Amino acid sequence: MTGTHVGCDTSQCGACVVEIDGKSVKSCTILAVQVEGSKVTTIEGLAPSADKLHPMQEAFRDNHALQCGFCTPGMVMSAIDMVKRNNYQLDEATVRRELEGNLCRCTGYHNIVKAILAAAPAMKSAGV
Amino acid sequence: MTAGTGIGARVPRREDKRFLTGTGRYVDDLPLARATYAYFLRSPHAHAKIKTIDTTAAKAMPGVVEIFTGKDTAESKMGGLICGWVVKDKNGEPHKAPAHPVMALDTVRYVGDTVAMVVANSIDEAKDAAEAIKVDYDVKPANVDLAHALDKGAPEVHPEAPGNLIYDWEIGVKADVEAAFAKAAHVTKLDIVNNRLIPNAMEPRAAAAEYDKGTGNYTLWSTSQNPHVLRLILSAFVLGIPEHKLRVVAPDVGGGFGSKIFCYNEETMVCWAASRVGRPIKWTAERSESFMTDAHGRDHVTHAELAMDKEGKFLALKVETIANMGAYLSTFSTAVPTYLYATLLAGQYTTPLIYANVKAAVTHTAPVDAYRGAGRPEATFVIESIVSKAAVEMKMDTADLRRKNFIPTEAFPYQTPVALQYDSGNYPPIIDEAIKISDYKGFEARRAEAKSRGKLRGIGFSSYIEACGLAPSNVVGSLGAGVGQWESAQIKFNPTGNVQVMTGAHSHGQGHETTFAQLIHDKLGVPMDQIEIVHGDTATTPFGMGTYGSRSLAVGGSAIMKATDKIIAKGKKVAAHLMEADVADVEFENGTFKVAGTDKSVPLGQVVFAAYVPHNYPLAEVEPGMDENAFYDPANFVYPSGTQICEVEIDPETGEVEVIAHTAVDDFGNIINPMIVEGQVHGGIVQGVGQALMEAAVYDKTTGQLTSGSYMDYTMPRADNFPSFKLGYKTTPCPHNPLGVKGCGEAGAIAAPAAVMNAVRDALAPLGIKHVEMPATSLNIWQTIQGAHRAAA
Repeated sequence: MTGTHVGCDTSQCGACVVEIDGKSVKSCTILAVQVEGSKVTTIEGLAPSADKLHPMQEAFRDNHALQCGFCTPGMVMSAIDMVKRNNYQLDEATVRRELEGNLCRCTGYHNIVKAILAAAPAMKSAGV
Repeated sequence: MTAGTGIGARVPRREDKRFLTGTGRYVDDLPLARATYAYFLRSPHAHAKIKTIDTTAAKAMPGVVEIFTGKDTAESKMGGLICGWVVKDKNGEPHKAPAHPVMALDTVRYVGDTVAMVVANSIDEAKDAAEAIKVDYDVKPANVDLAHALDKGAPEVHPEAPGNLIYDWEIGVKADVEAAFAKAAHVTKLDIVNNRLIPNAMEPRAAAAEYDKGTGNYTLWSTSQNPHVLRLILSAFVLGIPEHKLRVVAPDVGGGFGSKIFCYNEETMVCWAASRVGRPIKWTAERSESFMTDAHGRDHVTHAELAMDKEGKFLALKVETIANMGAYLSTFSTAVPTYLYATLLAGQYTTPLIYANVKAAVTHTAPVDAYRGAGRPEATFVIESIVSKAAVEMKMDTADLRRKNFIPTEAFPYQTPVALQYDSGNYPPIIDEAIKISDYKGFEARRAEAKSRGKLRGIGFSSYIEACGLAPSNVVGSLGAGVGQWESAQIKFNPTGNVQVMTGAHSHGQGHETTFAQLIHDKLGVPMDQIEIVHGDTATTPFGMGTYGSRSLAVGGSAIMKATDKIIAKGKKVAAHLMEADVADVEFENGTFKVAGTDKSVPLGQVVFAAYVPHNYPLAEVEPGMDENAFYDPANFVYPSGTQICEVEIDPETGEVEVIAHTAVDDFGNIINPMIVEGQVHGGIVQGVGQALMEAAVYDKTTGQLTSGSYMDYTMPRADNFPSFKLGYKTTPCPHNPLGVKGCGEAGAIAAPAAVMNAVRDALAPLGIKHVEMPATSLNIWQTIQGAHRAAA
């Protein structure tokens, strides 16, 4: 699996974010032995089927929240956790603040913020 | 046009699904059987003589396959890396061209210069072995302070460039400009620094290579914006592998912003070493390597003066710039501060006389080359800073002073005094729209309200012009370019009616697979899901120039349109035969050939099938097949323009600058996919604001160490540094390309720094502060405010 990316060497960029036991984690700082017995979900495991995307993936596509795609796996994984942590209720300031650990050099964040705000209610109604 | 997916539609990107599901394929993702891994030992010194390199112990380390040094590459008669643009100095002499060895021979010239290449069974073993290489350096004084790089006695970087001068170049007639200054009612003067930046594409550079002993063929996978140009340079100048024996593939590329245009030593070495090692070699930069060795951007020190009459009409502009080239001349470095900078100094204005002198200096720092905008942001920053300063000095409204000097709409095409002829433009409605969107009229009320909260509020304008889609080939050739500036396209229908479109442009995030498909769909009526855009592989695409300088749609898209014309022309002949009609009577519309004035028609798919299964076909007049090539060489640059307005608030207690609002109104000509264009503008603005407020590549002036060498030290723009942006458009189609398009990739980054800094300066003006340099970090602003307080005390 090559979806999860390494974008830096100081745990800053967030391209490596995966979900471990329901929480988003920068995987670059986790040793494999530390996740013994844990449930790890990467970007590859999000879409419910080959034809259907997770609501966050859908929102990223609909809102043009990705360009080169390199930061995207980490962005999406962080965003899903953000939505859940905030009980599916987000405003722009919260989204921007909570994206602190994810760098994107292409989009200027504008559409990422839009996508996450759009995905929150979509995730709630989809029950994910 | 077909509603919903053709030209002008917000079509969701076709490439997104793979990126969103983790199935994108970047260079580092490639599974290569029996791969080895390369690690490059870098110089820890900015300037040193290499006395000895001892690899004996390192070679004996576990897993080491081979170690190469500059001695090996020199013995193999490998050529050095090249600079592909020869700039002639003011005496007509070509620029100084110091040797750029692929690996250091006896001298290292910047922190990160390459000293040795270790190839091992794993990357960890390669790194361990690199630590065991013993290099004895004789450390020399470093020259890293650009403002003094050309001073007498500054440490010399190359013997081939005495006094560290690469060229002393000029444009315009100095005497005429001086005469105009002598008659001026007012002269505004500006000393300004364009801070050095590190591009920071999120995907670090990477290269992998494989050599096939049986055929003698090499394959190089590289994070390149222009694989054909990379292959040409490697073949013709560096490695000597014939072009037909070298395939360069750039799969998905994770951003570039210019930094992946150039031919670098790591990809060269990986390719060269693959045949010597006999196994594939993979290399991926660590982020700290990217900081040290990706070509940096900007880095100018400039003095400018603007002469005006008493009404504020611009009479003349003179500009003196020292531009940093870094330690070696990168692929396009010499062109950036000359033909992409000084030729833009007219901006949107009628300034009749302009003189610019540019001195390019080598220093003990990483090479500097094109970075998003490349020369044009530097020009815009000078012009828009000095115009705003002039408005303050003349006590004129900053928008009014701009309007007074705009090139009138009826004056296009407009010949500037600095070589370019602007093809089209209509500037007043753009600034009017930006003023409307940003509620400029309501600004003073907002400033007063902010003041009541103890905040300093400021507003800044930046009206930019950009020349992109570098062209035409004969002109750039006469200016010293080593390559043409056309683009290629091939439209290859398959017998079943679906189509592959090969383009010489190469997306590294721009969404070509969507935008280019929209062109084909719109013009030929082929459904989107029947169109495949193929790019980034020299084996499958015609020779092309790649993606940089906002050229892909204007030049590459135009090549595609030219190829569709050929498809239609051929299709008409086949359709005429099938419908037993005269070719002159056949029309093509919405994917169907029709005989004018009749109900006879035949769909394109049927024509394509007939062309591949020519049982009923005019074989005497038309060849079988439906596969057309086109090359498009533009008649001129394209000239996007626009105005950005930024509004900031500064906390005088902390020096913190907050961007409250940022408006951009652009004229990109016709727009194919507004969604993608907006994304380009957003990203550009953030890079521009990043330069203005936070980003800076800093070398220690004594040791030459890169002190901003990681994300801990180099501030990248983050989501919470920005508001949502407000965008608007005005359209004057480009008159000389078939789509009427201009470029949109760089505009945001070109205009934003001046808009932000003019806002910062406006906010600080009540404190008597006249000038602040980029980046306007809280430390910088706080110190500036303290200085103003001390001066007032």
